[in-house]
Amino acid sequence: MSTLSELVGKETIEKVLAKGRSTGAGFSEIFIEDKRSTSAGLDDGRIEQVTTGRDRGAGIRVVHGETTGFAHTADLSEAGLLQAAEAAAVAAKQGSGGVVTVALGGVDTHPVNDVQILPNEVPKTRKVELLERANEAARSIDKAVVQVSAGYGDSVRRILVANSEGVFAADDQVRTLFRVSVVASGDGGMQTGYDSMGRTIGFELFDLYDVEELAAGAARQAVTKLKARPAPSGALPVVIKRGSGGVLFHEACGHGLEADLVGKGASVYRGKVGEMVASSLVTLIDDGTMSGEWGAIGIDDEGHHSQKNTLIENGVLTDYMWDYLRARKENHRQSGNGRRQSYMHLPMVRMTNTFVINGTSEPDDIVKATKNGVYVAKLGGGSVNTASGDFVFGMTEAYLIENGEITEPLREGNLIGNGPQVLRDIDLLGNDFAMGNPGTCGKDGQGVPVGDGQPTLRVKSLTIGGTAA
Amino acid sequence: MSSGNVLQDLADRIVAQAKPGEQVEAYVSRGGETSIRIYEGEVEHFVSAQSESVGIRVIKDGRTGYAYAGTLDESVLSEVFAEARDNVQFGSVDEWAGLAEPDGVAKVPQELWNEELAHFPTAEKIAIAKELEKLTLATDSRIRIDDANYDDAYGETAFATTSGIRAHGRENGCYVSVGTLADDGDETQTGFGFSVGRTPTEFNLGRAAREAADRATRLLGATKPQSKRTTIVLDPYVTAQFLRVLSGSFSGENVQKGRSFFAERLGESVANPLVTLIDDPTNPLAYSATDIDGEGLAARRNVLIENGVLKQFLHSSYSARRGQTRSTGSAVRTGGTPGVSCLAMQLVPGTGTQEELISQVSDGVLIQMVQGLHSGVNPISGDFSTGASGLLITNGQVGAPIREFTIASTLQRMLQDVVAIGGDIEWLPMSANGMSLVINDVTMSGA
Repeated sequence: MSTLSELVGKETIEKVLAKGRSTGAGFSEIFIEDKRSTSAGLDDGRIEQVTTGRDRGAGIRVVHGETTGFAHTADLSEAGLLQAAEAAAVAAKQGSGGVVTVALGGVDTHPVNDVQILPNEVPKTRKVELLERANEAARSIDKAVVQVSAGYGDSVRRILVANSEGVFAADDQVRTLFRVSVVASGDGGMQTGYDSMGRTIGFELFDLYDVEELAAGAARQAVTKLKARPAPSGALPVVIKRGSGGVLFHEACGHGLEADLVGKGASVYRGKVGEMVASSLVTLIDDGTMSGEWGAIGIDDEGHHSQKNTLIENGVLTDYMWDYLRARKENHRQSGNGRRQSYMHLPMVRMTNTFVINGTSEPDDIVKATKNGVYVAKLGGGSVNTASGDFVFGMTEAYLIENGEITEPLREGNLIGNGPQVLRDIDLLGNDFAMGNPGTCGKDGQGVPVGDGQPTLRVKSLTIGGTAA
Repeated sequence: MSSGNVLQDLADRIVAQAKPGEQVEAYVSRGGETSIRIYEGEVEHFVSAQSESVGIRVIKDGRTGYAYAGTLDESVLSEVFAEARDNVQFGSVDEWAGLAEPDGVAKVPQELWNEELAHFPTAEKIAIAKELEKLTLATDSRIRIDDANYDDAYGETAFATTSGIRAHGRENGCYVSVGTLADDGDETQTGFGFSVGRTPTEFNLGRAAREAADRATRLLGATKPQSKRTTIVLDPYVTAQFLRVLSGSFSGENVQKGRSFFAERLGESVANPLVTLIDDPTNPLAYSATDIDGEGLAARRNVLIENGVLKQFLHSSYSARRGQTRSTGSAVRTGGTPGVSCLAMQLVPGTGTQEELISQVSDGVLIQMVQGLHSGVNPISGDFSTGASGLLITNGQVGAPIREFTIASTLQRMLQDVVAIGGDIEWLPMSANGMSLVINDVTMSGA
């Protein structure tokens, strides 16, 4: 696999950036991507197929005043790129601004991820074997397991970003993922279990983690839920197990701290920097440099180095997350959060790995201190309305807490809360930090890989959307 | 053999390279979109994008391999074909593996391509989005705009297979949307409105603006309700989202693999007798109308539930072969092998306006928006729980706004608990229609 700077020469890039500014625009940018991916799926006891994919192209962005023009092309020849640059320039501004030249230095890199075994150098047979092992492990847990589906995926994403302000940077992003879904059937109908693992590393993922253990866990989750009772309806204390509830922060405040939403007045956290927005127990970090984690990147998709950013410190809001446009508009520094799904998309402010650092409580004590409530061992996805702060997230594995002890399993449901209120209501924070499952964060139709994490914690009141009175 | 169509010719050429013993399918597509976002009277972004892709499926001795690329560049095609062939050896032998075969069902002629849209001037597209922003701002002094958008897209697809399928289709469409923010002191609520058309001349900008403003302002001052069992009236847009959640349960493949709670229920009552649900991509009013499915077979009208009784499951050629039945033209492409899905779900409307339905409810909630259908609904177990906001209904009248609550039941029960279906049918920019729907006995969780 040739590097992108071999595929598209520096002189061509300089011409494209100059063409982008030819209608008088102040800023032009080229984002080149070459992504190879392999996936394999098992379902119903069969390897359904192995799929390989190739996505390669360039997106060209031109900014004139407050207007962004964007065009993309799968044609990486100089002619193809110049044509796209012209389309983007015309989109940003009708008219002519004369001749512009752009000169770039050497390619900048900022590697944060350490890849041992490139997945595209691993025989496909070994990838398929993992699926079969997971299938057997899940089915061996209990005869109530009636269906197993497992998926393997890897991708090698090479990006090169250059802009008219001299940014010229490249990154290789290698990700490997494995997931298992299980259906169990009993007298009361069907239940499901799910687990996944993924990191920004290569095939050594499977030296670090065991697919059998992952599959067995998903199977136990489904089988346990066969005996589950309906979740409660109404407000109760909720204890969230370590590494399973990062999505709570992602939704309760992460999105609301994205500077593009704040800038449009569509966030409950607008104008709150320096104010107490959470319990003093909470310190929230977004860290793109967290080596090997699912949201780790060397550079963001605007060519800026990834960074470790403190968003909330001991309950006080310290800063938002920024991309190029929003930072320029508000004369702020960029924070390495300008990301995009692919060369076919515009970048915007996105999270990387977002997590709450350790508190001091023993996790067992947090459960013991809760007379009646709900213990959530696995959260599903979530979503938030950043303007009102109302957010939901699903619980896929949860139990009742009765008299300080974890007791019966509960059926699935959503929890609902208001971000600023929930952050204030975190009253116990454990000392057992862990990162959670690999996630895909969706915003404005684009998905990007993100990580999250937290220690075991308690929210003193959340509304549980079950059916039991 | 030239069809005079570039994509069809390309698909034909790929399939002509099949070796003895190989079944090959080529699936070729290209498309483009214009996306214009207006903010404070100016173009915030203008995206003009073209994309293309090729997918090649190879089946040999019951094993399947697949590869794709996001380009139709000749130099990449041979690589894609070689990868698909290489991938065959890793698939399991599946006695039902195979390609679709021509089944004699004729395509229903539809006008999915609009020349006027294809040549609509860019400057007018921008003007439409600006007009929508202006109209929305003018509705109410408490309204701010999050964004006002004009979007259009076109797509063209061609299939060819060694089993004799040759199919080609193209379509285009456009819509406008506006996101609103309504402020009252420290409180902000949000709303949205949209309008869909085969051409921009079909848009109803005034209605989109009014709905976007109403949705946001109606929620100002909303409080968290007490938990209780209640009756809900779903807004048409919410009904459409509810229908989409049910889609997978009608998939014959999910039935065969033990992932549908409808399995073993054919011919039985699964819903209130008021409910008749069809999947009809041949209805030109449906936003997702199409004349071919994801395997190149003619799309067709399929009755799913008739007067409450489960009539049939949907099939691709794979699930049909496995279930010893015929494809219902319901194949969809999301990854490699075709899956099975509803293409354009349509609940048959009842009579009455939303107001008339509400007037029959003594104590309930009008559900205006839902949040978290992807995280709180399990279509396999049927557990249903979603965040919501809306208006309280007392003695047949809507009253105070409420928010930050959930509604919960199971999908199985909700279908039986439908007590009224409105006649206020709406065709929405999604693969289901909507109308007001009244459902009894759900749990509302709040304070």
